[in-house]
Amino acid sequence: MVEKEKKGKIPRQPMPEQNPKARARNFDEVPLGYSEEVAMLEATRCLQCKNPTCMAGCPVDIDIPAFIARIKEGEFASAIAKIKEKNVLPAVCGRVCPQEMQCEKTCVLAKKGEPVAIGRLERFSADWERAQGKVSTPKKEPSTGKRVAVVGSGPSGLTVAGDLILKGHDVTVFEAFQVPGGVLVYGIPEFRLPKAIVAAEVDYMKKLGVKFECDKVVGATVSVDELFEEGFDAVYIGVGAGLPIFMHIPGENLIGVYSANEYLTRSNLMKAYLFPEFDTPIIRGKDVVVFGAGNVAMDAARTAVRLGADRVRIIYRRSREEMPARIEEIHHAEQEDVEFILLAAPLNFIGDENGRLTGVRCQRMELGEPDESGRRRPVPVEGSEFEVACDTAVIAIGAGPNPLLTSATRDIRLSKRGYIIVDPETGKTIKKGVWAGGDIVTGQATVILAMGAGRKVANSIHKYLTLGW
Amino acid sequence: MFQIVYREEMAEGTVVLNEVMAPGIAAKAKPGQFVMIRANEEGERIPLTMAETNQEKGTITIIYQIVGKSTALFKTLKEGDSYLDIIGPLGRPTRIEKTGRVTCVGGGTGVAVIYPITKGYKEAGNEVTAIIGARTKDLLILEDKMRAASDNLRVCTDDGSYGHHGFVTDVLKEILEGEGTDLVVAIGPVAMMKFTCELTKQYKVKTVVSLNPIMVDGTGMCGCCRVTVGGRTRFACVDGPEFDGHEVDFNELTHRLQAYVNDERVSYKSFLKGSKC
Ligand SMILES: Cc1cc2nc3c(=O)[nH]c(=O)nc-3n(C[C@H](O)[C@H](O)[C@H](O)COP(=O)(O)OP(=O)(O)OC[C@H]3O[C@@H](n4cnc5c(N)ncnc54)[C@H](O)[C@@H]3O)c2cc1C
Ligand SMILES: Cc1cc2nc3c(=O)[nH]c(=O)nc-3n(C[C@H](O)[C@H](O)[C@H](O)COP(=O)(O)OP(=O)(O)OC[C@H]3O[C@@H](n4cnc5c(N)ncnc54)[C@H](O)[C@@H]3O)c2cc1C
Ligand code: SF4
Ligand code: SF4
Ligand code: FES
Repeated sequence: MVEKEKKGKIPRQPMPEQNPKARARNFDEVPLGYSEEVAMLEATRCLQCKNPTCMAGCPVDIDIPAFIARIKEGEFASAIAKIKEKNVLPAVCGRVCPQEMQCEKTCVLAKKGEPVAIGRLERFSADWERAQGKVSTPKKEPSTGKRVAVVGSGPSGLTVAGDLILKGHDVTVFEAFQVPGGVLVYGIPEFRLPKAIVAAEVDYMKKLGVKFECDKVVGATVSVDELFEEGFDAVYIGVGAGLPIFMHIPGENLIGVYSANEYLTRSNLMKAYLFPEFDTPIIRGKDVVVFGAGNVAMDAARTAVRLGADRVRIIYRRSREEMPARIEEIHHAEQEDVEFILLAAPLNFIGDENGRLTGVRCQRMELGEPDESGRRRPVPVEGSEFEVACDTAVIAIGAGPNPLLTSATRDIRLSKRGYIIVDPETGKTIKKGVWAGGDIVTGQATVILAMGAGRKVANSIHKYLTLGW
Repeated sequence: MFQIVYREEMAEGTVVLNEVMAPGIAAKAKPGQFVMIRANEEGERIPLTMAETNQEKGTITIIYQIVGKSTALFKTLKEGDSYLDIIGPLGRPTRIEKTGRVTCVGGGTGVAVIYPITKGYKEAGNEVTAIIGARTKDLLILEDKMRAASDNLRVCTDDGSYGHHGFVTDVLKEILEGEGTDLVVAIGPVAMMKFTCELTKQYKVKTVVSLNPIMVDGTGMCGCCRVTVGGRTRFACVDGPEFDGHEVDFNELTHRLQAYVNDERVSYKSFLKGSKC
């Protein structure tokens, strides 16, 4: 599969993938990963810039030219060690980072349209190490005797835990669900991020000494103040943005209308795609519509395809240019025959006498003046109503902050929309000994930004535990 | 792990009581709250109310009716066996205040749910009348406990095999017409709660119900449990499970509970086939 040099120039190496027809019937991972040979070839494309602009695009400052140089030499163990100096979840980031907006966007070769495939090389390194069966653990500092509670086991919480355990602190992660991983396990589907990979990363944390307490809802099972009473010296809140947003239009409570959170949680976390082997059911719609055009919407649409839908349509109120999903995901969805109805918004859902969804009435939109986000605002076109028949609808238009913990925790400050307000330099809340980061501070963002926030907080907590608030 | 320390069958084996070790939850639980519970790796997370908690022993008691796969699976667990996951306490506790005369109406397994609430109202100094009902005498649960928890207990059976011959709403109507009541709390099958609310509306007596929609997480992150109350969508797991019964859209709830009937049948059937030996 190596694309050979033509006229002395090596093209960006494509990612081998499962064929669209086959993969639309299974939940196995779609991209198959580089072979050693292809990885080494791709690595030779890196110019080893003196001033590597790619690094400016990585929120956790991975030394990109250094790890790529090692792949080029075939020194894979040392490549992954280099990455792990800065990133505790390389197998995850190599798969789900929006590289075209980050490291690969700022790579010098991007100007010619063919940046080095940094993400794929990162993924390759992490997968190579896991396949070897021996994952190296870095040296731990001697124990400080200080105890840190991390609330939420998403990428930000895992980063805080991973960093602080290495600095010698005693770390316990509290997770509301039965397994750790946050969105990585309940949201992002198996075909994009195999759960075995998340489990391996969590196992690695356990090996480092991090303790996990699942089924613990902080704010319900135990409060933040009680964590201090139990002897924790610092608390990190990384509970994500897990509140589903509905559209508040008539018919939204019909059977068959799902929030993306419910649809994806049933399928991923509860393994409804394996029903009845697993007990949790999910409606296997024949005609599915998905509202929204971010990564979440693509994940829902592609899940519906795999659950056996005849037709899956994404309905989005803006145009293709404004779609927030990663380009690769939009592309994958199209390959799997997901259709797009652009510049349209729903008015109301329609149901039968049993309260089951049968369709949705929509309205055409056109783009007007730019709004505060800089994107052109969709404006309804009078008299353009039309109906789309469907038996399942998934609402994937965003998420908000879940108030369960924040409303039970007095003396932290919240924004008007309910996100936690922190000092941007340190992640400190106004409550002594309490930090917050990730989606519960920024709103739904990306894995790597949540990890970046976790890194900053870990440094601040370490300083506090060794020097004081 | 959440070990079962005591187990009892009631109502001819259609209802099972488990007392389970869960010290963290027992320490915090209040009347009206529930847990999400799962027996094994393949299992569904289902919501069950805590009928009782014992802080000293660190246990919670759940009482569940066998209606499908998950509850049938739970029934196979013996003393000494464990549940894989129990998450709680979830939901808002009942707002127990001194109101005066309170009537607690429980139907079917709803009696288990209303028991701690009844106890709570009495402990708060209210004069509590309890009305409990079942299809027939042998299916009645917690009669003695409910008698102890209330000032006055009235029992009904649909077939007249015990107590008043008829529905709980008949007895409630007598009370509404007679001595009156300041508050009604009604918990049981959706139809029972709906008829109770239609009745009390005529007498303008405030009525609290505990709703039982299908749930997934129980912490407000999925919206599966949404119900319409007073024209607004609420999440029963975090905004409830108790709501003002006069405001609840019971027809919508009845529909939504049917969302997975076919799958549930498949699941239950294959379980019964597998477990028969
Ligand atoms: C479907 C989907 C697809 C996505 N795709 C991508 C992608 O391709 N690339 C990308 O970069 N980003 C993607 N994102 C965004 C990314 O996953 C998030 O930005 C990131 O996971 C945020 O991390 P976090 O640590 O802040 O929180 P989360 O990952 O949300 O984790 C929070 C954890 O806290 C737990 N929790 C919540 N409340 C409590 C409580 N009270 N007590 C204890 N635990 C609690 C939750 O159960 C959860 O496990 C996607 C998001 C979704 C939903
Ligand atoms: C807050 C709350 C407290 C409850 N407390 C009790 C209790 O104390 N004792 C008791 O016997 N029952 C209680 N229930 C109902 C109980 O959760 C269901 O009977 C149980 O989930 C059925 O599961 P199953 O697999 O055995 O049956 P299934 O075959 O799955 O379902 C049978 C019927 O139960 C309902 N149901 C199915 N799945 C769920 C779910 N995940 N959540 C809620 N309902 C569902 C549906 O109407 C379905 O048609 C409570 C429900 C709620 C929401
Ligand atoms: S972590 Fe993400 S942004 Fe950083 S180098 Fe890896 S893929 Fe690029
Ligand atoms: S900018 Fe591109 S070419 Fe230069 S070092 Fe980074 S990855 Fe290599
Ligand atoms: S059960 Fe998910 S929000 Fe209530």
